[in-house]
Amino acid sequence: MSTEGTPLSALVERADAIYRDYSLATVRDWKARTGGLAVGFMPIYVPCEILHAQGVLPVGLMGARDDLEIIKGDAYYQSYICHIPRSTIELGLSGRLDCLDGVLFPAICDVIRNLSGMWQMLFPDKLVRYLDVPQNFEPEIGGRFYRHELDELARSLTERGARPYDAEALRASIGLYNALRREVRELYALRQREPWKVPTSELYLLLRASVVIPVQDATQMFREYRALIAEDASRVPLDQARVMLTGSFCEQPPIGLIRTLERAGCYIVDDDFVQVHRWIQSDIPTDGDPMQQLVMAFLQDAMASPTRYIDKGEKGADLILRIRRSQAEGVLFCAPSFCDPALLDQPMAVRAVERHGVPWTAFKYSENTGQFQVIREQAGTFADSIKLWSAV
Amino acid sequence: MTIPTKSQKDDSQLRQKTMIARHFDRLAAAPETGEKNVYTFVPGNLTELLLSFDLLPVLPEINSLQSAMRGKTAEYISIAEKLGHSEDVCTYVKSDIGMMKSGNIGPTGQRLPNPDLLLLSYTGCFTFLKWFELLREEYHAPVAMLHVPYQPDGRITPAMRDYVVKQLKDDIIPALERISGRAYDEDKLREHLKLSAQAEDDLVWVLQSAKHKPSPIDAYFGAVYYVGPIFSAFRGTEGAVAYYQALRAEIAERIREGKGPVTPDGDIEKERFRVVVEGPPNWTSFRQFWKMFADEGAVAVASTYTKVGGVYDAGFRHDPSRPLESLAEYCLGCYTNLGLPTRIEMLAQYVRDYEADGFLINSVKSCNSFSAGQLHILREVEKRSGKPGGFIESDLVDPRYFSAANIKNRLESYFQMLEQKRLGGAA
Repeated sequence: MSTEGTPLSALVERADAIYRDYSLATVRDWKARTGGLAVGFMPIYVPCEILHAQGVLPVGLMGARDDLEIIKGDAYYQSYICHIPRSTIELGLSGRLDCLDGVLFPAICDVIRNLSGMWQMLFPDKLVRYLDVPQNFEPEIGGRFYRHELDELARSLTERGARPYDAEALRASIGLYNALRREVRELYALRQREPWKVPTSELYLLLRASVVIPVQDATQMFREYRALIAEDASRVPLDQARVMLTGSFCEQPPIGLIRTLERAGCYIVDDDFVQVHRWIQSDIPTDGDPMQQLVMAFLQDAMASPTRYIDKGEKGADLILRIRRSQAEGVLFCAPSFCDPALLDQPMAVRAVERHGVPWTAFKYSENTGQFQVIREQAGTFADSIKLWSAV
Repeated sequence: MTIPTKSQKDDSQLRQKTMIARHFDRLAAAPETGEKNVYTFVPGNLTELLLSFDLLPVLPEINSLQSAMRGKTAEYISIAEKLGHSEDVCTYVKSDIGMMKSGNIGPTGQRLPNPDLLLLSYTGCFTFLKWFELLREEYHAPVAMLHVPYQPDGRITPAMRDYVVKQLKDDIIPALERISGRAYDEDKLREHLKLSAQAEDDLVWVLQSAKHKPSPIDAYFGAVYYVGPIFSAFRGTEGAVAYYQALRAEIAERIREGKGPVTPDGDIEKERFRVVVEGPPNWTSFRQFWKMFADEGAVAVASTYTKVGGVYDAGFRHDPSRPLESLAEYCLGCYTNLGLPTRIEMLAQYVRDYEADGFLINSVKSCNSFSAGQLHILREVEKRSGKPGGFIESDLVDPRYFSAANIKNRLESYFQMLEQKRLGGAA
């Protein structure tokens, strides 16, 4: 890319450095500066606003890459279990996460759920909280339960030394996260319109960085990036296939895989990466009871996900909607090996895209996958076939 | 599967066989009789509630394990995988899908009716949620969803109980009323719950009989049969009460006679090792697997698998005076819905209470709810109990993942180690 040595490349390099820093130097710096607590969270979504409002830095824990040797983590997991829990254990037991005062484990699947119990025992001095989320979306049923979960989360943070819950502070935090969500939405929209301007390999690095740094810094980073790419005239359209990538919502792919897909001729115009800032799809109102606003946003405005029960409507309808909105010409089912939510969901998602005549292909990865040749060939063939069909 | 021993022809066994046969006869005849059925899961099953509406429960997990015992699952799984189901995911699900695509022939060789309702009790296993999403697409049946929160800290909070009760009142009962055409009858539910508690008392007595030396039962392989009625369609029935009374009498007789448990080859000759077992059994080679233990004189004196449908030995009983609250607490308390620290403490307690020589984990590829964290469980239970743990790997119903030679080698080495420890301790 001709942006080498430019402010744009410097910004992406900063994000890349944060993404690559297993020891969370930015978190340690923040704690040293502010004296605040930092609490990690596993994918996919936690209400970061609550942490922020109580002076806590939320820190996304997204596993590792292929450059972390897993020694201790493999001693905790059988070969048929996905990779993210073993790298998370490795990071924890090697002391790299010592700067965290606790970790939240949202309800994603049985593996992450059970990891919360292991974490309780391995790190008894830390705050460890399993954050259950309702699969019933009625405000008076699931909403009431979720409200209790959130109130308990706030209380446990205070017990740990965070500021007590304050509704006004939460309103302000919701406002800040609304701004961040808007920036992320803007970038996704821009990528859909002009994917050559927003390479997913860059967007991904920004997303990964954004879950580690403070919310205002993340918002600023996205703004700067958007301004810089607007000025960059070197980014011009290529004859690539527009694809949507789905299935990568928890264990994240290595950046090399994303670059491989782009080099293979794909413009990724929608994806499931790092969903925490997109989980709630629009602004959360800042009036009224802010905790209840978080509850209602979760119930009524969250993304469809394989981790979330679809009680009404057609399975896969949201996927089709996203394909249409992004004008994707094909779908890449790209799930981590042994990921129950993604892989159990996939046959239903495949049926949905087939019903709508959308071409697709599927492959699996692990966060430490280092060889991409086979995927490159598969994605390249898929992209070529889309371009050939669309030319007919 | 039948075990060729005298005790297998005892009253309890005959009663169980009759109960199961009648149930599947009713299911097979349902299209003609108009009886309605509800597919649901073992953990968190609401059998008493279904019975109070005169609905017939169908348990796809049981169908899958029965298919495995009949040697059908290799074919069923293959059918599902050809349809796009990943090789990485739960084989109960794939076996069920394959069975459905092959005509939905149940364990008795009769065709199972399509579900009138899918009662998704999401208790202790994430896969359940996806399983019934998949079945909903196949059968186009309505789904009633009961989300049971997880117990990360080993305690049921009022918020958890209230959440489940509210769902029962607002979602589940109205769905059952719609399907059955009957109004909710709480008195009838109370009667079923009363019968449940009676059967649960006797089941616990039977399971705890393994504290005797020698143990009169095998609390893993043998107990699979003992928990059958209470985990499936019969909890809360007169039939289940009679079954457990008969079973208790038979076990009491074995204790009086100083007998060990029944094994695939008859009564065990000598109890050499007492072990606690964590994890579900392998079903494709169930008899062979059991024989590997029995041949070594190893008797399971307690197991966690026999708690997936309810942890009754910890004191829980269905309570007719608080019907819905009691059902909620039952769901919340199932074994795989408990946090790892609770599971670890339960296992360590079993090792102590049942004076076990050690404990074994059968880690199954299919079930992350059980398996994720079992290596941690292994270390922690060893630390707390001071007894050695063993670790073997297989699968629920996929014969490709049952490597008999490997498992036998590991078990033999493990039992040799126990023997060495015993000799060392005696020296």
